[in-house]
Amino acid sequence: MSYVHRDDTGSKMAMWLFIFTELLLFGGLFITYAVYRYLHPEAFHLAGQELDVTIGTINTVILLISSATIAMSITAIQQKKKKLSLFLIGTTIVLALIFLVNKYFEWGAKFEHGIFPGSEYLDQLGYGDTLFFGLYFFMTGLHAFHIIIGMAVLGFMFYFVKIDRLTHDNFQLLENGGLYWHLVDLIWIFLFPLFYLIA
Amino acid sequence: MSEKTKKDAYKSYLDETGGRKGIFKWILSTDHKRIGLLYLYSIMGWFFIGVVLGVLMKLELIAPGQTIMGAQAYNATFTVHGVIMIFLIVIPGLPAVFGNFLLPLQIGAPDVAFPKLNLFSWYIYVFGSILVVSSLFAGGGPPDTGWTFYAPYSFKTGTNMLPAVLGAFVLGFSSILTGLNFIVTIHRMRAPGMTWMKMPLFPWTIYGTGWIQLLATPVVGITLLMVIGERIFNIGFFDPAKGGDPILYQHLFWIYSHPAVYIMILPAMGAISEIIPTFAKKTIYGYRAIVISTMAIAFVGYFVWGHHMFTSGMSGTALFTFSLLTFIVAIPSAIKVFNWVSTMYQGSISTEVPFLWAASFIFVFLVGGLTGLVLGALATDVHVHDTAFVVGHFHFIVFGGTGFAFFGALHYWFPKIYGRMYDKSWARTGWVIFLIGFIGLYGPMFYLGMKGMPRRYFDYLPEYHGPNILSSFGALIMVTGFIIIVINLINSARSGKKAEANPWGGTNLEWQVPSPPSLLNFDEIPTIDKAPYKYD
Repeated sequence: MSYVHRDDTGSKMAMWLFIFTELLLFGGLFITYAVYRYLHPEAFHLAGQELDVTIGTINTVILLISSATIAMSITAIQQKKKKLSLFLIGTTIVLALIFLVNKYFEWGAKFEHGIFPGSEYLDQLGYGDTLFFGLYFFMTGLHAFHIIIGMAVLGFMFYFVKIDRLTHDNFQLLENGGLYWHLVDLIWIFLFPLFYLIA
Repeated sequence: MSEKTKKDAYKSYLDETGGRKGIFKWILSTDHKRIGLLYLYSIMGWFFIGVVLGVLMKLELIAPGQTIMGAQAYNATFTVHGVIMIFLIVIPGLPAVFGNFLLPLQIGAPDVAFPKLNLFSWYIYVFGSILVVSSLFAGGGPPDTGWTFYAPYSFKTGTNMLPAVLGAFVLGFSSILTGLNFIVTIHRMRAPGMTWMKMPLFPWTIYGTGWIQLLATPVVGITLLMVIGERIFNIGFFDPAKGGDPILYQHLFWIYSHPAVYIMILPAMGAISEIIPTFAKKTIYGYRAIVISTMAIAFVGYFVWGHHMFTSGMSGTALFTFSLLTFIVAIPSAIKVFNWVSTMYQGSISTEVPFLWAASFIFVFLVGGLTGLVLGALATDVHVHDTAFVVGHFHFIVFGGTGFAFFGALHYWFPKIYGRMYDKSWARTGWVIFLIGFIGLYGPMFYLGMKGMPRRYFDYLPEYHGPNILSSFGALIMVTGFIIIVINLINSARSGKKAEANPWGGTNLEWQVPSPPSLLNFDEIPTIDKAPYKYD
């Protein structure tokens, strides 16, 4: 017999604490970005113009909608609308997938032009460009990795709702999953202007 | 039910198997007490490897010139010694072992807030430590950068850096999850009536530590990831040839690794604050001051990282600021020392083994702390930077601080953990030998550093020979003491005489339950109505 204990407030608190750690994880990269942008303002300005604002905007909209759908799925389960909740979680996962597909094409285009970490072409362009694209690939890559983790988390949530482990009076886990998804969204909200718009 | 049958019916957590057999009753159990012991055994296992590496270094330094190993082997030895000792032992050490075992007992809870996550943290710890230790054997030879993985060498060297760096990253996760678990436990699961200011001091230090683990570890996590990125993808964050800045690496690294020193020392201070009132039979002096200084250390500790980089190249303003903050962070530590000494004043002191460890802790901690101020002052730091002085200071504060508190805590709570008492005369003998060896080992390093002997070299000038012989013999004496202590404890855990519930006359909750405690710690959750450490 092991000890069983349910504490929704505690569980939510733990999730918020974990979100702090994730923000600090990216915080290290934001500091690096700030330092190198300060050292190479011109190059960062020009390199930023190389990125495709249209795809970036589309991806931003996709993520914002996905945050809305996951929030709605939590409301749906509270109102005992299990099917609607499942549909909304599913939609979130599909939107995340579309985000990744866009990202794949975006990265692919850069690779074709010889822009990837350690490429000879980047070395010719100079320090600022090397650092800008180094940060771009590292930060969006780490973000994409978080999207994949988020999709796995939401996949579990879908399953738990399906087998009624999460119900209208016991949905804290889904709320935590939603919080995590909002975090992934929030980080993108910072990445998008820093790389695409400040140019 | 008669008194006797009641006694027979009692089942301690060690008897409770959950239907599992052999090793599975350990590695599948989510009981916080068993998890604490899992950490204890794995940490002790790695500690043996770390000690062997340390002894090898001291044997190399017993005479000038090459004695038992060459330069490359020496570089690898001090690197792996450092990585194992820091990331595998002193950082998880007290919080994971005693935090796990004692936190729920001391705050009157049946377990931590997330028992499964707790067990999962241990698995992450084991995975990370195996990665680190595997770097010794696989690939292009053991890492040779020093435990700090300084860029750009950490991605230029051909040695086996990847598993070591990745292992340190993984261990960070274990640390974060443990800290998170403890913070939520303390917020949510204190027994009714236990207000914040009625909480014992060890949980308080675990709380401060939890916040440091949570807020500092991610920064080193991302830094290590960036080093991995450098090695695999050749990105250039820290590579001057690509416009990157190696000093930035040092900043990011120390933003974590300085607060990490407080992860090591805060719970140690907590353990000492438990031991001293018990053996002085007196209420702790200045409970509130200790609590505030604990949180002050956790807070100010974030802003002193630059003192590791006084000679790396920073602006004058930054140098002054970091130096000033370093002096400020010494104040709360000094407050604690005054409180411990004042607690002993006019107390009725019994010099049991845990008290001996605590008293010697205060001594070595004082030496370590005051030599830290020599390093924190700008002018003197330039003289002793990167010399044996730093090694002496570091080992006095981390091994002397955390290590002595760890052994003190082990001897203090041993009867609670195993329900058996150890052989006190052997424990005392071990302590004396250990203390003499410790001072012999690290004391001469201060002198050597002042005289200018650099650290991290396998060789030295003949004029440094004398103190180095002393230091090497000190190491052998200390290891002898350590072996006596460990053998005594292992034997006593198996066949020591039965211990009572409260052998030392402690006042906290963990002494109110039988030894060893039952699976859920308390038959019913106690209600707290008085401040801790009250002797009437």
